[in-house]
Amino acid sequence: MYKIAVLGDKDSVLGFKALGLDVYPVESVDEARSTLHRLARENCAIVYLTEQLARYMGDELAQYKDELTPAVILIPGKEGSLGIGMGNVTKSVERAVGADIL
Amino acid sequence: MPAINVNPTRQELTRLKTRLKTSIRGHKLLKDKRDELMRQFMDVVRENRALRAKVEEGLMHAHASFTVASAVMSSEFMEQALLYPKQSVELDMSFKNVMSVNVPEYQFKTRNDDPGEVYPYGFATTSGELDTAVAALSDVFQDMLRLAQIEKTSQLLAEEIEKTRRRVNALEYVKIPQMQESIKYISMKLDENERSNTIRLMKVKDMLLEDAQDERRQADAQALAQT
Repeated sequence: MYKIAVLGDKDSVLGFKALGLDVYPVESVDEARSTLHRLARENCAIVYLTEQLARYMGDELAQYKDELTPAVILIPGKEGSLGIGMGNVTKSVERAVGADIL
Repeated sequence: MPAINVNPTRQELTRLKTRLKTSIRGHKLLKDKRDELMRQFMDVVRENRALRAKVEEGLMHAHASFTVASAVMSSEFMEQALLYPKQSVELDMSFKNVMSVNVPEYQFKTRNDDPGEVYPYGFATTSGELDTAVAALSDVFQDMLRLAQIEKTSQLLAEEIEKTRRRVNALEYVKIPQMQESIKYISMKLDENERSNTIRLMKVKDMLLEDAQDERRQADAQALAQT
């Protein structure tokens, strides 16, 4: 059985607890990094990560991008969307096609 | 002049010709794979975009509701209310093979099917704003799971397309022309050898013929002198 984790600052992730997801509130980017690595080892299939943290975690995201698990999915945090998630979609199009054709 | 290190022998020529045939076939197959992957990728990525926009909007809505709720309730109360979830989600993952790329497929079960069961707290001590917030979040949750699957699929497909595209290009623009050049070089070299051999034989034949004629002439001259 796989887990679904939500990683982010406390106020952004608290609500997900009501849905029955595993919530990991973190205070700092370093803490988020180590939690992400731990989750990847612990049979976690999906990690929802707030964009506010993802902004500083490019290397970690790149590392898990080409692996089957975990799927790191960016979600906007409490402060709003930074457009990183949408940017990544565009980037993957560019990677595959060579140009943004959408 | 490419492929300097190639032996101009008949054996090498045969080997290269077989390799060229295989490469051309491989190139064709890889090109087909790339085209099909691209077609699937475009579908996935379009859905990814639409879904992401929807999820982001839904989440912003939910966050806004939470902010309102935390304004009316103290944060301790809110934390307490959400601390022990009634609902739990079980996730199962299987793999689907899309053009030899393994992409995940998530199946999930919620423990309680009743949508009213998402509120893990009694209504006495909490405010109505919190209900709105949790409801908004549970609405967007289905889409979030779908988004996870679609987005991972699109990432994996993008990687595979990039790899395949590089292979196709390497074959098309480097390997195949190189081999063709080598084959041309070897066959020209072999033809050249053939011609020089023929010429040498012709020369030798001429020389032998001349020698024989000289001998014959001398013999004739001697015979004429004796009579």
